[in-house]
Amino acid sequence: MRIEAHTLARMLSRRRRMELGFKALAVTTLAIALGSLALLLLDAIADGAGRLSWQFLTSFPSRKPEEAGILSALVGTVCLILLTAVFAFPIGVGAAIYLEEYAGKSWFSRVVEVNISNLAGVPSIIYGLLGLELFVRAMGFDRSLLSGALTMALLVLPIIIISSREALRTVPRSIREASFALGADRWQTIWHQVLPLALPGILTGSILAFSRAIGEAAPLITIGALTYVAFLPDGLFAPFTALPIQIFNWVSRPQAGFHANAAAAILVLLAVLLLMNALAVFLRQRYQKRLNL
Amino acid sequence: MDETTALEVHDLNAWYGHTQALRNMSLSMMERRITAVIGPSGCGKSTFIRCLNRINDLMPGFRVAGRVLFKGQDLYAPGVDPIEIRLRIGMVFQKPNPFPKPIYDNVAYGPRLCGIKERARLDALVEESLKKAALWDEVKDKLHHSALALSGGQQQRLCIARALAVEPEVLLLDEPCSALDPIATGRIEELLLDLKKNYTMVIVTHNMQQAARVSDTTAFFMLGQLVEFGPTSQIFTNPRDKVTEDYITGRFG
Ligand SMILES: Nc1ncnc2c1ncn2[C@@H]1O[C@H](COP(=O)(O)OP(=O)(O)OP(=O)(O)O)[C@@H](O)[C@H]1O
Ligand SMILES: [Mg+2]
Repeated sequence: MRIEAHTLARMLSRRRRMELGFKALAVTTLAIALGSLALLLLDAIADGAGRLSWQFLTSFPSRKPEEAGILSALVGTVCLILLTAVFAFPIGVGAAIYLEEYAGKSWFSRVVEVNISNLAGVPSIIYGLLGLELFVRAMGFDRSLLSGALTMALLVLPIIIISSREALRTVPRSIREASFALGADRWQTIWHQVLPLALPGILTGSILAFSRAIGEAAPLITIGALTYVAFLPDGLFAPFTALPIQIFNWVSRPQAGFHANAAAAILVLLAVLLLMNALAVFLRQRYQKRLNL
Repeated sequence: MDETTALEVHDLNAWYGHTQALRNMSLSMMERRITAVIGPSGCGKSTFIRCLNRINDLMPGFRVAGRVLFKGQDLYAPGVDPIEIRLRIGMVFQKPNPFPKPIYDNVAYGPRLCGIKERARLDALVEESLKKAALWDEVKDKLHHSALALSGGQQQRLCIARALAVEPEVLLLDEPCSALDPIATGRIEELLLDLKKNYTMVIVTHNMQQAARVSDTTAFFMLGQLVEFGPTSQIFTNPRDKVTEDYITGRFG
């Protein structure tokens, strides 16, 4: 079929116009997203930057806003996330390896798969309720750091499993076959070939999952984490608080001084998140470099 | 010439899910000979060769029936360990698939899995295998560089060296030269003829000249069936089957 010149020209100009339209649409949505983020950040900086000081980072909460600090919340958040990682990372990666490498295509594995995807979408407060029943009450861990970390581990587990499976799936079949053809068994193949290749993806996915957990307040409030803690946790069974809870607590106070404190704490939380994402990028780069040598 | 049978295939049938890929195949491969497998794309050459070291066990939905005897032992009999089979029957794949690791670690991978740890012994094995694969001179100064930095032809020879390092008795090669230029192909063919002194080999190829140059026996497959099987010289000069003749002479539709 031959297209006449002027029809072709019309068609092309229409396409160009459409492309321009889509571009404008994309730029607008991006601007809205980035703009609201910038607004939020600027607002927090305007309110809280003045409160950021060494004293703020190293003081316990107090009745007087100008004397209050986030030491217990910051330490609580760091301990909580480390402990969460200790529980969730090995279990999540292990489950992903089992599902991806060992479990066949049985109805059982399909049921498990569907369940995990659904669990990833369950609201975090539900995990809080589960943690309250299971860890705080049934297992008797009370409102401790351990209960908080186990609850958070449940919350991030589905995300870790899903992203780890994705990472495992990117390892080409040809590499696995090469290993098997040299007399490796399944575990040797996974350990020597598959895991090293999948590791950057697994680490990135997991760290993003943990940074989601850092910002969660709802499940911690549900299990009854304290809002006023004037000491540092001294063990797994110690009561604790965390940054989102401290922020929540300060925001709900009437005094303006506490609102400034909340804004400053938000800035600290953002800094922690940024640090974790930087770590994810760094690890990814490092392992990728090692693979390419 | 002593003609001992290394691999004997009896009534082999294979399926991927519900599609049958091999039908009633029976043929035998002689020790220290090169058997070439030729045939149009999709006729089951890869499937056949991958049945010989049970690497297709790993393919979901794959099923075989029939017998494959290796020195009299049925590879598919219950209780046979596929790992032991793969140690005795090595494989080189169609596409070079080196591990994203240093050259040295690629070659040492198999021996290390077998528990060899002494540095001196590994060094010797790596050197010997790379020499057998005619790659040593090109890589001896960069053994600890990534294997991915090698050219396609070098990678394929590295894969051959890696397979030789576990000292198998049989080497299966699935179109080992399909990604290579004529010079690299020539080097690999020389290599195969040289390796023939010690190894039984089965090679899948789309290259008629290659089959004619290197193999002693040729099997021609079509649509999952063995059409003709015999000495290479006879197949290429005086095929019994009209279809074989058409395929070999390129008159095939
Ligand atoms: N993983 C698989 N799943 C389903 N069917 C498959 C699979 N691998 C191969 N087949 C089918 O089995 C038949 C034989 O395939 P095979 O790969 O053995 O052919 P081949 O002779 O090696 O072809 P080529 O020369 O293109 O490599 C083909 O019809 C193919 O569609
Ligand atoms: Mg093939």
